[in-house]
Amino acid sequence: MEAGIVSYGAYVPRYRITPTEIGRVWGADGEGMGQGLNVHRKSVPAPDEDTITISTEALRTALVRGAIDPQQIGALYVGSESHPYAVKPTATVVAQAVGATPNLTAADFEFACKAGTAAIQTCLGLVGAGMIRYGVAIGTDTSQGAPGDALEYSASAGGAAFVVGRERVICRVLRTLSYTTDTPDFWRREGQKYPSHGGRFTGEPAYFRHVTECARRTMEASGTSPKDYRHVVFHQPNGKFPQRVGKQLGFSDDQMRYGLVTPYIGNTYSGAALIGLANVLDHAGPGERILMVGYGSGAGSDAFDLETTDELGRYDASFGRPVQEYLDQGVEISYAVYAKFRGKIHMGEA
Amino acid sequence: MSVARFWRETPRRYNLGGSKCTTCGTVYFPPRSVCPECTSHRQSIEKMVPFQLSGDGEVLSYTVVHDAAEGFEMQVPYVVALVQTVEGPVLTGQVVNIEPDGVRIGLKVRATFRKLREEGKAGVIHYGYKFAPAEDPPVRPPAGRPAGVPVSEAPARDRAPA
Repeated sequence: MEAGIVSYGAYVPRYRITPTEIGRVWGADGEGMGQGLNVHRKSVPAPDEDTITISTEALRTALVRGAIDPQQIGALYVGSESHPYAVKPTATVVAQAVGATPNLTAADFEFACKAGTAAIQTCLGLVGAGMIRYGVAIGTDTSQGAPGDALEYSASAGGAAFVVGRERVICRVLRTLSYTTDTPDFWRREGQKYPSHGGRFTGEPAYFRHVTECARRTMEASGTSPKDYRHVVFHQPNGKFPQRVGKQLGFSDDQMRYGLVTPYIGNTYSGAALIGLANVLDHAGPGERILMVGYGSGAGSDAFDLETTDELGRYDASFGRPVQEYLDQGVEISYAVYAKFRGKIHMGEA
Repeated sequence: MSVARFWRETPRRYNLGGSKCTTCGTVYFPPRSVCPECTSHRQSIEKMVPFQLSGDGEVLSYTVVHDAAEGFEMQVPYVVALVQTVEGPVLTGQVVNIEPDGVRIGLKVRATFRKLREEGKAGVIHYGYKFAPAEDPPVRPPAGRPAGVPVSEAPARDRAPA
């Protein structure tokens, strides 16, 4: 049997802030900004949450749901642009926390927002080659935009973990294809706290070109068209870009319905497309075709032509929370509390 | 706390690694090498095996901390509880993902993985267990549209993705 997804789990911190509240502080039209971005609220991590804790929660959920022995995990990769350490792999802590150590290879991946999808591809290769039994790919971020910057209205926190294997596959990977170029649309230099971006340049030559090309080439290689897919998931830096790229490619609102989560939790960067896929799998039945196209600035896209299997009907996703609960629930906080939680208040030296 | 000392405690803090007496079945956390429950302690020597707690339990008692311990200033007020685990040991831990007025004795909780403290800005980060409600805590529904409903196209305004 070919390598595919055997289990998954997602985690989103419980705090939320609205664009209106952010705009209130900066004297900007936050409500208009939220409508323009199609982001109604974004998630905020608690002071004791980071990429390591979110990744661990997501993976623990996936392992329980799939009844997977952590000692059978042969590779664990965490894709993020907000690893807590510059040097000391997130993947080592996560592997230890789920009981997967010591017989596995582990590493951190970084490719802006598509590091998680790149990790899935790597796991597919290792599992497909028979080198490992299970591979774990996680995409998580707790990214920040500079205060007052457009990014601050959307940058949020969350992640999802996918276990790749050959047994009891709930979602087959029919094809994966990537499209990569050197496009400086968004970056963060070593030692800088907040990222920089090219403003409008991040649109057409970056997100839209890569996602569109990657999706088209994948469908061409698979001999499919948009109507062949029940669901589509795009990377979603805001709620607007994926809607527009979906329309450009010929997908309907109904196909994008479950894959679009950013309007309710914000842009979780490396977690964005993966949480969208987790939500699709939460709602999907067996035999449904899914197209997922990730995007990472810098820039590149990874597309996955997926199909759920009969095994999904037997899959017990009752442990942990379904993504829908994260979209519906949350505790709203003020900008002041948000600033405190995110370390934006200068506390003086101890 | 030194890096080495915390590292030695990693199995306990990350995975609730305790021990179990194979003679009488009593579970210990933190782990013990001798069972004080057995009539003759000698009976248990070399019969203690590693045992991982599930992390499920309920609040036995709790307090709300307003005067924070060092490193917890950002979380005030926070809840510290005695948690009766289903396996037997009573653990002390912070209860997160719930407002203090939502905590009550008997609340079902489950272990969660959180950052415990940081050794300054340049030092090591310590992680370990805390507890969170096992069932959904009551939360205020946030403002905005109901989730899962496609939002119609609003006027385009390009913003930076990542």
